[in-house]
Amino acid sequence: MTHTTQSPERRLVPDRNGAATAAPPLARTRPRRRPRPRSQLGVPPGEAWGRAAWAFLAPVTLYLALFYAYPLYRNLDLSLRDYTVRSFVQGDAPFTGLANYRTVFDDPTFAPALVHTVVFTVVCLFFQYALGLALAVFFNQNFRLSATLRALFLVPWLLPLIVSASTWSWMLNSDSGIVNSTLHSLGIAPVNWLTSPSWSLTSVIIANIWIGVPFNLVVLYSGLQSIPESLYEAASLDGASAWRRFWSITFPLLRPVSAITLLLGLVYTLKVFDIIWIMTKGGPADSSTTFATWSYQLGFGNLLPAFGPGAAVGNLLVAAALVFGLIYLKVQRKQALS
Amino acid sequence: MTHAPTIPKRRNAAWVKTSLGVLLTAVMLFPVYWMLNVSFTRDQDMRKSPPDLFPTHGTFEGYRAVLDEQLPYLGTSLVIGLGTVVLTVALAAPAGYALAKLRPRGGGVLGFLLLVAQMVPGIIMAMGFYAIYLQLGLLQSVPGLIVADSTLAVPFAVLIFTAFMSGIPGELIQAAQMDGARALRTFWSIVLPMSRNSVVTVSLFAFLWSWSDFVFASTLANGGAHEPITLGIYHYIGNNNQQWNAIMATAVVASLPATVILVLAQRYVAAGVTAGAVKD
Repeated sequence: MTHTTQSPERRLVPDRNGAATAAPPLARTRPRRRPRPRSQLGVPPGEAWGRAAWAFLAPVTLYLALFYAYPLYRNLDLSLRDYTVRSFVQGDAPFTGLANYRTVFDDPTFAPALVHTVVFTVVCLFFQYALGLALAVFFNQNFRLSATLRALFLVPWLLPLIVSASTWSWMLNSDSGIVNSTLHSLGIAPVNWLTSPSWSLTSVIIANIWIGVPFNLVVLYSGLQSIPESLYEAASLDGASAWRRFWSITFPLLRPVSAITLLLGLVYTLKVFDIIWIMTKGGPADSSTTFATWSYQLGFGNLLPAFGPGAAVGNLLVAAALVFGLIYLKVQRKQALS
Repeated sequence: MTHAPTIPKRRNAAWVKTSLGVLLTAVMLFPVYWMLNVSFTRDQDMRKSPPDLFPTHGTFEGYRAVLDEQLPYLGTSLVIGLGTVVLTVALAAPAGYALAKLRPRGGGVLGFLLLVAQMVPGIIMAMGFYAIYLQLGLLQSVPGLIVADSTLAVPFAVLIFTAFMSGIPGELIQAAQMDGARALRTFWSIVLPMSRNSVVTVSLFAFLWSWSDFVFASTLANGGAHEPITLGIYHYIGNNNQQWNAIMATAVVASLPATVILVLAQRYVAAGVTAGAVKD
């Protein structure tokens, strides 16, 4: 195994929905690269230089302002005013300060939504990570077909969420679903996966774990690739069992990659919406409502939209995502420096 | 890895691992198989208990329904996906070039903002877009949805381009005393052709994400004349609860781009994503 000189940390390139693109090679291609000097230009930047550079950056800067900052600002504005459908169109809603936030905090849905968001996020992260790691260790043994099988594992992650969600809906259908029919043949009573308040959250968690495992697998696999083979050989010679080798070599050396995977997963699991909405619409009776679906429910799910409270819930979610997002960036930067 | 194994034993272990790997993959991909199976199942067999594990009485009813009812949705998704690709590449490639090679003052802040931008939940963006589009009259319009969908891909695209383009040797660019016009020419005739792989990678992801988008579609395009395929499936689930073969057939067709990309372009994805991976 050639050992490349690249640093063990790799940047993860995040994307939407709970998953993220792993920076690392998806398949056979092993990166072969030498460390590059920091600046390849060696030219002192002049004034004309800076102007030319910003000419290239102008479109994306304008874009960020118009299509990220402005919608976010509008969302904040929505949450601070008392909007009705009429004033939403006319734009003359009275400023009410934090009244929408107070409404949201006092809402009977608030506590369940908070609990569900936390449970959903923590349980999904734990299983996605544990399964992803176990599979990464397994596939890291490079047996015949391992690269092909690993690539196939990406399928759930590449499918449109509506496809995964509707497939799971049908599989978990109470009367005609394959899951209940399998349980039946094992002598277990059928479960109302999507229609019983005590199971709906579990159902959406199962589906979301399925979607998130490939991402964890790919990122952790790339992390495993950067652990020197010689360490394992040495440990093997010392008579360490496979279990022991995992806990004393793999797991500790994988910590930086694990931290990044989990933090990124956290940011993206917090905002999972499609899966839950398509499978259960947050119900029955709010039993699988999270902040993301509640926000949508308030703003778009009812005949009489409550844009203000909807935006307020959304902003709470943004705040949470940003806090963890900034922690992620800090951890990543610290690892890049070390 | 067994400790000091003899050769036949090792071969045996490898065989066991491969079988286990195949088994695990089969379990993982079972829902995908089930989607295919149900898409070929006849209506009268749909509620059978236990369900047929194989489409023994296979039917194309579901796919006929796709052809009859879902083609406009697929067309809309195709247009929106291609529009998103063009917009994303046009915005992100120059930005990546500037951040990687020209490195202006303040570029770092912009890069940071792009990273943060990715963390904003889509549902919040959707609500803001809804408020803006309502005033501008862009609700239920194709260009509006293209712009909204591009927000899923632009920050990622800039990161990929930046990472990839910083690998282009500086001598090729000869950037000394570059003025605007020369910078543009260099970008167009040297940097962009050399970045073909990253253009493909960015395009693939931009297409896939906009094709798969449900949040923006359901908030900004719902009920309009041009709805993407994700809404087509969603309405199907809502309206005719019975025709699951049609729903699953639509799901299969909606999964085609992802499958094609995985089969044909996996190397492109791997190459480009690797470029985005390693920091210098």
